[in-house]
Amino acid sequence: MTLQGLLWGPDILSATDLLQVFVHFMLLSLLAIGGAITTAPDMQRYIVGEHRWLTDAQFTASVALAQAAPGPNVMFVAVIGWNIGGLVGVAATLAGSLLPSTTLALSATRWGAARRESIGVRAFTAGMAPLTIGLLLATGWVLTEPARHMPAAIALVALTVAVMLRTKASPLWLIAAGAVVGGLGWV
Amino acid sequence: MSDLDGAPRSPGSATEMFRVFTWLALQGFGGVLAVAQRELVERQRWMTRAQFVETLSIGQVLPGPNIVNMALMIGDRFFGWRGAVASVAGLLLVPTTIVLVLAALYGQLSAVPIVAGALRGMGAVAAGLVMATGLKVVPTLRQNPQGLPVCTLWLVLTTLAVGVWRWPMVWVVLGLGALSMAFAWWRLRR
Repeated sequence: MTLQGLLWGPDILSATDLLQVFVHFMLLSLLAIGGAITTAPDMQRYIVGEHRWLTDAQFTASVALAQAAPGPNVMFVAVIGWNIGGLVGVAATLAGSLLPSTTLALSATRWGAARRESIGVRAFTAGMAPLTIGLLLATGWVLTEPARHMPAAIALVALTVAVMLRTKASPLWLIAAGAVVGGLGWV
Repeated sequence: MSDLDGAPRSPGSATEMFRVFTWLALQGFGGVLAVAQRELVERQRWMTRAQFVETLSIGQVLPGPNIVNMALMIGDRFFGWRGAVASVAGLLLVPTTIVLVLAALYGQLSAVPIVAGALRGMGAVAAGLVMATGLKVVPTLRQNPQGLPVCTLWLVLTTLAVGVWRWPMVWVVLGLGALSMAFAWWRLRR
C-alpha cells in the first residue's frame, strides 16, 4: 500500500467532500439515540445511495468486520471512513461521530449530577432503568438472529448465558471457545 | 445523576482508567457492554450494579455510542475531564488500530472458510453475553420506586417492541419512557 493510499484511500476525496462527510456525521452523532449502530441506515443512504463512495456490499462488509473485531460497536464508523478516504477519512468520520455526542454527554451529566436529588432527575433515572434492561435483552435477541435456525448455535448462546450468570469467568474465554467451535464448522 | 459515591473502590489515577478501559475494549467482541459490567462492577468494583444501570440508562438516552458515553461519565466522576479523556481514549485507541489493520487485510481474510465459521461462532457467543448482561441487572429493579411488577411490565414491553416487533427505538424510548417516567414521578411524589 502506498503512503498516499494509506492517508487518503483508493480514490482521493476532495477537501469539500471530506468536510461534507464530517458535517453529516456530526449531525448523525446528535441523532444517535440508542447507540451509534442506529445511524447505520442513514449512513448507508448517504455514502452508498447519494454519493456512491462505497457499494452496498462494501458498506455491509464494513459493519460486519467491525462487529467481529474487539472494541465498541462505533468502530464500524472508522472502517467506513477508512474505506472511503484512508486515515484522513477515519479522522473525518470518527471525529464527526464522537465530538458532538461526547460534548453533549459531558455537559448533560454534569448538569444532572448537580441536581441528582431533584424529583425530575430521580424520576428520569427510575423511569429509564427498566427500559435500559429491556433494550439489552432486545439487542441480545436481535443478535441471535443468524443462530436461530441452528440447534448447536442456540446451545452455544444458552451455554454463554449460563456461564456468565453462574461463574466469574472472563467473556474472553467464551469468545475464544465460540471462535474454535465456529472455525471447526460445528455451528 | 451518574453519582458514584458509595462505590466499593475508586481508581487510583487517570492512567489506571486508561488501562482498564483499554483492556475492557479488547475483550469486547460484538460490543463492549457485557464486558463493561464484568470489569467495572465485578472486578474493579468502581461502581455497584445499580450505579451501572443508572449510568447506562443515561448513556443510552443521550445521543452517541452508549459505552463511550458511559466511559466519559465514569472518567469525569473520578478525575474530571482528564479522567473522561483517559477513559474514552482507552476505549478507542487500540481497537481503532486493530480494526483498521483488519480492514486493510479484509480482502484476503474473508475468503477463508475457517475465518467465516469462527466469526459465526463468536457472533453466537456475543448474543449470549449481551443477554446475560441484561438478566444480571434485573434484580436492581427491586429498589426502583416504581416497584418490581410495574418495572417488569416496562422491561417486557421494551424487549418485545424493539427486539421482536422491531419498532423504531426512538419512538419506543420516547413513548414508553414518558409513561415510565411519569409513573416514577407520581410514586416519588407520594
